[in-house]
Amino acid sequence: MNAGKQPTLEVEDLRTHFFTKAGVVKAVDGVSFAVGQGEVLGLVGESGSGKSVTGFSILGLVDPPGRVVGGRILFKGEDLVPLGEDRMRALRGSRIAMIFQDPMMTLNPVLRVDTQMIEAILAHRKVSKAAAYDRARETLMRVGIASPDERLRSYPHQFSGGMRQRVAIAIALLNEPDLIIADEPTTALDVTIQAQILYEAQKLCRETGTALIWITHDLTVVAGLADRICVMYAGRDVEQGTVDQVLDHPLHPYTHGLIGSVPSRNRRGARLQQIPGMTPSLLNLAPGCAFRSRCPRATDRCEAEPTVTMRGDGRRVRCFNPVDADVSA
Amino acid sequence: MSTTTEHLQATAAAMPTAPRVESPLRRFTAAFFESRIATAAFGMLLLVVAIALFAPWLSPQDPYDLAVVDIMDSRMAPGEEAMAGFTFWLGSDGAGRDMLSAIFYGLRISLGVGVASGLIAMLIGMCIGLTAAYFGGRVDAVIMRIVDLQLSFPAILVALILVAILGKGVDKVIIALVTVQWAYYARTVRGSALVERSKEYIEAATCLALSHRRIVFRHLLPNCLPPMIVVVTLQTAHAISLEATLSFLGVGLPQTEPSLGLLISNGFEYMMSGKYWISFFPGLALLITIVSINLVGDQLRDVLNPRLER
Amino acid sequence: MSVFIIRRLLQSLGVIFVMSMIVFFGVNVVGNPVDILASDDMTQEQIQAFVARLGLDRPIYEQYWYFVLNALRGDLGNSFVFAEPALKLILQRLPATLELALASMFLSVVIGIPLGIYAGLRPEARSSKVIMASSILGFSLPTFWVGLMFIMVFAVMLGWLPSTGRGDTTELLGIQVSFLTWDGLQHLLLPAINLALFKMSLVIRLARAGTREVALQDYVKFARAKGLSARRVVLVHIMKNIMIPVVTVLGLELGGVIAFSVVTETVFAWPGIGKLLIDSIQLLDRPVVVAYLIITVLMFILINLVVDILYSVLDPRVRLKDVKS
Repeated sequence: MNAGKQPTLEVEDLRTHFFTKAGVVKAVDGVSFAVGQGEVLGLVGESGSGKSVTGFSILGLVDPPGRVVGGRILFKGEDLVPLGEDRMRALRGSRIAMIFQDPMMTLNPVLRVDTQMIEAILAHRKVSKAAAYDRARETLMRVGIASPDERLRSYPHQFSGGMRQRVAIAIALLNEPDLIIADEPTTALDVTIQAQILYEAQKLCRETGTALIWITHDLTVVAGLADRICVMYAGRDVEQGTVDQVLDHPLHPYTHGLIGSVPSRNRRGARLQQIPGMTPSLLNLAPGCAFRSRCPRATDRCEAEPTVTMRGDGRRVRCFNPVDADVSA
Repeated sequence: MSTTTEHLQATAAAMPTAPRVESPLRRFTAAFFESRIATAAFGMLLLVVAIALFAPWLSPQDPYDLAVVDIMDSRMAPGEEAMAGFTFWLGSDGAGRDMLSAIFYGLRISLGVGVASGLIAMLIGMCIGLTAAYFGGRVDAVIMRIVDLQLSFPAILVALILVAILGKGVDKVIIALVTVQWAYYARTVRGSALVERSKEYIEAATCLALSHRRIVFRHLLPNCLPPMIVVVTLQTAHAISLEATLSFLGVGLPQTEPSLGLLISNGFEYMMSGKYWISFFPGLALLITIVSINLVGDQLRDVLNPRLER
Repeated sequence: MSVFIIRRLLQSLGVIFVMSMIVFFGVNVVGNPVDILASDDMTQEQIQAFVARLGLDRPIYEQYWYFVLNALRGDLGNSFVFAEPALKLILQRLPATLELALASMFLSVVIGIPLGIYAGLRPEARSSKVIMASSILGFSLPTFWVGLMFIMVFAVMLGWLPSTGRGDTTELLGIQVSFLTWDGLQHLLLPAINLALFKMSLVIRLARAGTREVALQDYVKFARAKGLSARRVVLVHIMKNIMIPVVTVLGLELGGVIAFSVVTETVFAWPGIGKLLIDSIQLLDRPVVVAYLIITVLMFILINLVVDILYSVLDPRVRLKDVKS
């Protein structure tokens, strides 16, 4: 992170709960992270760990029965949580953009691509339709789409998945946002296309200084892309640090297990580690560390809520018995 | 790997100790009466059926016994007293009949015609639908073609033509209503039977060389019942409404079978002079009947449809 | 696409043929029109001349054969009652029925879609529950009874609106229409609302179900993430998607509205083909009944064809499939 400079986005102890008939689902229950200009943050976790809800919370797109119940979301110093819908709308798509997981579902099937791109520009800028069209065309070329004029006149179903995701990315870039939240944008794509898109995303961030939050469950994606990693488990951030720190020396037992379960060329032949058990239900979750039932290092202390420990080098971990505790002991 | 297997085994072992699932009927009743509106509608429907069944004992007057009806009592407003001493709670009609009694008797006819045509249509539709689903191929194609053709014409039009051809009468109206409805049943049964047919237990039954009839009636049919129950309720409401419409138009039941539709039609001429009750109250009775059947049907659909598992 | 249309047209011709046969033979089994039309003081010779003039003495298949030949020339026989060509009678009254049907379709869409979308966007709100309850009521209300109640309340008790007839008409493109004069509009209002109630309930349910489904789609959330106004998200992104099922169903229901206008026309004495049909059925005026049915079947087929084409205009995915096939 660029020290001294104000980060583009700072999330502090965010809590987003869903008030369902069956009870309160604490989808996000204490998450803090920051991401600066030109920086890529990997938000990693299993499905249901609250990473997507975190993304939607930042954009103010949590629908009832869900609601942000606590914490602050500082975008360039301004708290977004108490902001009204009008102000939020002005920020969405303009200063903060989002890319969704399934490119097959993110474009409206009955509207032409040009309509869907131009409306995104006209929602935020007072320009002519022709100018907006030119901007859309230019942006499509930038994400590597050849013959943009023809593409603009097409409907989404005439595109392949990878092409649609490029269009979605182009839409996110239209208004040159300061922050892009990408929610597993490559999960649904072929590996080769995934690699292209990752490369281009990284390049764009470096060039434009856009901050990027890349939400994924795939550690290998983050390894090549992100500057920093924030690992989430059951609605909480359990560990944060730079990519090298976290991947080479994970502190939280969950991160440790996660890394152990990724197949690697270096450990060919060795038995893959598994994390026993399943992600706990977030409905009426018992207090204490949510990971303790699956944790090999759990002790009686873990019945209480673990606090975040700050390490000197910008690392954070939420655990009573971090992995390196033995080493130091 | 081993840890997962152990975990699964542990889960499996824990299963039998979990609370046992109650009987389907119990669960169904509980789910049905969860909605207050549906419960009220069900109660209302019971009341309507009871009135229809016991009309002769509940009515203050036998409205079709000429010895009792007094022409001097004609067009009395609700609440006025009859020559014979009882009160016309809902007024009287042009011939001096007590409207309340006429409505009770009318309900009998309306419900009777609706239920009879619904049940006959169900039997016919069910047989045809099962035949289509079980034999498939060309049989299925021909039957479904006819069903589609039938359903592409509005029920009211088909019914009008039929009564135009057949003439008035209870039996003729029932024939018209059955003709209009059978296709819905056939399509529903075929749909669910096709789903069931592709399941393995039917294949197993076929392998056991069970007879066609046994497979169809003992295996296929019971599994098609839930959607049928829903169609029966909603179609019966539809049939009652259609009969009333035909009778109102003067092409349905004859004057000797005064259903609610006919009562409303008879009151039409008095309406312009402000004597609203002759048409209003039979219509209200019709409305209450149809609404309660529809509400019960709606709730049945919600409860019986596994796709809407809440 | 054109292959598709030609195939559809051929199918339709088959349907018309089958229908004409069912209708003709069916209707001709009913009663004996001679008994009704020949007055009691006619002599036997007069009756026979009368029967011969109407062609009723020939075998029925022969009657059908002449009927088909004449039908192809646009001659569907003469009305026994009016002594005029049946087709002419039908065509004279068709505009009134079409005006009523289109007016009620218009009302059900203009009122039904906004209510349905509202109820779909806020399924838990009390107002939405009221809307849905009213739509169940709209399904259950017998059309003719509601018509009577309308007359009672608005014409008899309040005296606000007329209860029968079309009122003043003006000519529009050579057709007499009511909705352009104030008096005509007043006459049109009650019957149109009456006929619209059922379809309105249907539209509300379709629009609500569609909205609930579409609102959960990623592309709606993505549209919101683009910073579009709620208005644009609903009016463009949601509405354009729910219009596909709504238009399809409504198009197919237009035939139903025309058929159901029989009831409304009878209640409000609206001089359309529905009222003519009921009168003709009661008087056993067979040529008019047959002509009505033939014309209605033709309209149905035409409507279905138009709906199919409209459907492909609305949904680009269908259009592509057709081009490929």
